[in-house]
Amino acid sequence: MKILSNWLRSYLPGLTAGDRELAEALTLRGIAAEGIFDLGPGKGFLFEMDITTNRVDAMNHYGIAREAAAIYGLALAPLEAPLPAASGATQPAVEVRIEAPDLCGRFTARALSGVRIQPSGGAVRERFALLEQKLISNAVDATNYVTLAMGHPTHAFDRDKVEGAIILRRARKSERLKTLDGVDRLLDPEDLVVADERKVLALAGVMGGWETMIAPETKNVLVEAAWFDPLSIRRSSKRHGLHTDASHRFERGADFNAPPLASALVSQLLLSSGGSVEGELVDVIVPDAMARTAGRAAIPLRRGEVRRILGATEDGRGVDWERSQLVLEALGCSLQVEGPDACRVTLPSWRLDLEREIDLIEEIARIYGYNRFANTLPGFSGAVVSPPERAKEDTARRSLLAVGWSEAISSSFCSAADADMFAPQPGITVAVANPLSEEAGMLRPSLAPGMLAMLAYNLNRDVYDVQLFEIGTCFSAAPGRVDERPALSLGLAGSSAASPHLPSRPFGFYDLKGAVEELLERFSIRSIYFDALPSGAGPAPAWLHPLRSARAVADGETVACFGELAPAQARQRKLRQTVFVGEIYLDRLYRLPLRRPIARELSRFQPVRRDFSFIFPASVRWQQIASALDELSLADLAAFAPREIFRGETVRDSRAKDGKRPAGGLPADHYSILIGTTFQSFTGTLRDEELQRYSEAVVAALESLGGKQRG
Amino acid sequence: MSDPEKPATIDFSPASLDRLFQAHRSEFDRDLADAHNDTGREAVRIKWLGRKQGKLALYSSGYMQQAPSPDAKKEVGRRFNELKQHVESRLEGLASGSQSETAAGEAAIDVTLPGMRRRPGAEHPLIKTMHEIVAVFEAMGYSIGVGPEVETDYYNFESLNFPPNHPARDTQDTLLIAGQEAKPLRERLLMRTHTSPVQMRTMERQPPPVRIVIPGKVHRNDAADATHSPIFHQVEGLCVDENITFSDLKGTLDHAMKALFGSAVKTRFFPSFFPFTEPSADVQISCIFCGGSGCRKCKQSGWIELLGCGMVDPAVFAFAAQKQPAYDAGKISGFAFGMGVERLAMMKYGVSDIGQFYSGDVRFLEQFG
Repeated sequence: MKILSNWLRSYLPGLTAGDRELAEALTLRGIAAEGIFDLGPGKGFLFEMDITTNRVDAMNHYGIAREAAAIYGLALAPLEAPLPAASGATQPAVEVRIEAPDLCGRFTARALSGVRIQPSGGAVRERFALLEQKLISNAVDATNYVTLAMGHPTHAFDRDKVEGAIILRRARKSERLKTLDGVDRLLDPEDLVVADERKVLALAGVMGGWETMIAPETKNVLVEAAWFDPLSIRRSSKRHGLHTDASHRFERGADFNAPPLASALVSQLLLSSGGSVEGELVDVIVPDAMARTAGRAAIPLRRGEVRRILGATEDGRGVDWERSQLVLEALGCSLQVEGPDACRVTLPSWRLDLEREIDLIEEIARIYGYNRFANTLPGFSGAVVSPPERAKEDTARRSLLAVGWSEAISSSFCSAADADMFAPQPGITVAVANPLSEEAGMLRPSLAPGMLAMLAYNLNRDVYDVQLFEIGTCFSAAPGRVDERPALSLGLAGSSAASPHLPSRPFGFYDLKGAVEELLERFSIRSIYFDALPSGAGPAPAWLHPLRSARAVADGETVACFGELAPAQARQRKLRQTVFVGEIYLDRLYRLPLRRPIARELSRFQPVRRDFSFIFPASVRWQQIASALDELSLADLAAFAPREIFRGETVRDSRAKDGKRPAGGLPADHYSILIGTTFQSFTGTLRDEELQRYSEAVVAALESLGGKQRG
Repeated sequence: MSDPEKPATIDFSPASLDRLFQAHRSEFDRDLADAHNDTGREAVRIKWLGRKQGKLALYSSGYMQQAPSPDAKKEVGRRFNELKQHVESRLEGLASGSQSETAAGEAAIDVTLPGMRRRPGAEHPLIKTMHEIVAVFEAMGYSIGVGPEVETDYYNFESLNFPPNHPARDTQDTLLIAGQEAKPLRERLLMRTHTSPVQMRTMERQPPPVRIVIPGKVHRNDAADATHSPIFHQVEGLCVDENITFSDLKGTLDHAMKALFGSAVKTRFFPSFFPFTEPSADVQISCIFCGGSGCRKCKQSGWIELLGCGMVDPAVFAFAAQKQPAYDAGKISGFAFGMGVERLAMMKYGVSDIGQFYSGDVRFLEQFG
């Protein structure tokens, strides 16, 4: 909000500090001047202030002047508005009935007669100009001016349009009100309204009604100054989407004692251009509301507690107890001393945020100045522990970073279509009630859609080589709750460009699988296998290519699904390039311990390498070959690996049955493979006859799978 | 190459000796260039260096015998040694694979072309920043705390002293999980708007003393623009024990900021408001770019606002005490603090659009490799 330094000074006759210094002093006490602007000679400064929501009392000039008075130890000029004696009868000019005492705690009404509605002049015009506040008419401006001056919102009605008594009640079902902004509103039975005997006049504490609005021809005015229940105002304001200066203040807790003064200030301003007071002020008070606000019981303040919470000051003396008491008094508290180290504090009616001893301690620290406290370090007790998954996540992350995968973060949300497509089981998706957009309407059930969005983002910007991973949370619905599981996604596209002038190699399925293997190898897994995803029902994600995707199963649990993106998904996402995507279920992986390397004995004897060239039917998978060799249990078979695999190409041949035949001398549906083996013994150099025996065993094992050794 | 020839009668003038030896040398070079494998090269070696029938042996004996004078012998000898050296070194060089001599027509490589690099992946700047902050507090004895991203209203708001319908809730636009209307407010699920719920979850789990640092992802219903994102990250901390004071809070954060940004960094504290702390403060650090003299990054103020913090409100301890009675606000005290990771990373790395953090743009991410 905008504050004029000269207006502040009008309440602080003893203030000698300059405007910049004042702004700094206030800012250091939490009344933050975010911007200060020189208005020119004699006009002082404009402070753009950011007042925290708890300090509604400081959202006006007098309130901020009170802060300055406490900071500098100055006297604050009293706010007064003596009015001329009421003309005519002393009989109240209007009757007020509070029928909803839980929502309206106090209501004052003052009748003014023969007023002249005209443009504002004097201080109002001058200050509004500096504040760039719109001038409307002297009656409306007076209410706005008083809000800016001392913070209490008021309202002026055209009294000639009020029929009978003023009634504070809940709105009736289907009741309507056209508010000052011209909107015809259907009221809610929980809305507090200001009504007369025939109609609703205003949405209490939020906005006045159109019908009783001050008009140029208005002669008689009714000034309302009241106190409304904060929660009720907040609800009405939210319900009607109407956030006004008045509702902003009432919902944060206005000053229960302010209405008579606010009413007098408004009346004084309005009467300055003519008219007279009619009858006495009508002031109806709900005792319960008063007890909760202006009439709160005093609270204790103990010197020891101030020390215990605030600690050491830079000067080593600690917070001064006498000065603390003066500060609280300057802020409007009244203190009753109870011995040398304690007192009872009666709280000011305008500070509903002060309720407890700790609130007073904060006030003491605040006015004393936070930066005058020492910087101390607490002694240490207890032990340092990390969540068990932390080392595992760190390992997963570092192993991928090390082999060239960059880390990304994607949205936690996805569209409904993606949620359905990527959810590991149907019916577990979680919707957001108030999403930012339809595309972000669901919590992600998988990291894959986010990864695909990032792949598309890059490819659409002509960035073709992408190698990303993300570690994040996936969500799924469970009865009465939402389950979260950690996951890791991988996204791959383009080629590995090691150097611009050397041939690059397009990324393929095995690059993705390699990353998965690299990651899984960090964990201590007793048995692991990869297989093609079972098609149809079960765990086969429909977003993966049916022929070029796999899952990894570690100790009986599926820990990863990965492969080429399904063609339908690629089309839908307008991805023309081949992309690979995978998800690793970290929750399952985290159940396994990290692998701890154990050094093995190394053989001192020479290894011997033997290659075996075989032709196998296409149905024989490497996994079967590897198992067959493992099952030989040859202690001296130190290693084996597939070296060269040739599947041949199919060429057209009109003589063949299906018009095709394989090239490269391979029978149809067969492939050739060169299996490299290394034999090494721990006990001696291998002899020819041993090697011969091993070779025969290997050949026999491979032949048992349907393999045929090539000459 | 079949029969070693007997050298013809020769002219012993220096010029003709030069021509003769040059011819021998060229012949050898040709022989070697024609040899494409080890067998060929072995044949060349025998032809030229063979002990009895090798050309050099023949030339040596033949020329020396013919030389008419000691001077002529000397001339022949010098040239002969040069030729022999040439033959031996070329054959030797090939045998040992040395690159000291290059084959005819072999071009030098262009060492100025870029090398073949296997780049490690790039850490995400937010995660990297978050880890850096966490490491500072770990070194100060803080354990890491984690908690769910989908929270209940109770942990996200109520137990942190945000009463239902309180205006303080307005400052945190909340994304709500659908279908929660039938539940009591405190059980309704929402995307946590801050990492502070982990404070309460930790206190419910363990009695004081507590020192935790909580890194995490949070969500708010904020439309995305250059500085706002519905997703962002926070690091939060909590310290509870007997006799924890406001000056301890100041000292801890001052120390942490110096550990993060260098010992020259200064801190200053301003009163602020958070429902779950009292007194509450905002913390500024002296600008890490200009040192406090004023620059574009600190908007010429010399200071950068980085943290929110405060002494744990007794009302929060009262909620914790429902499960852990040791959180008696009359006996223990504590402080909490929190900082936005994006803001810090944006400043540190000069990122102007917060959205880049979540785009997965490889061009953006690879800068942090």
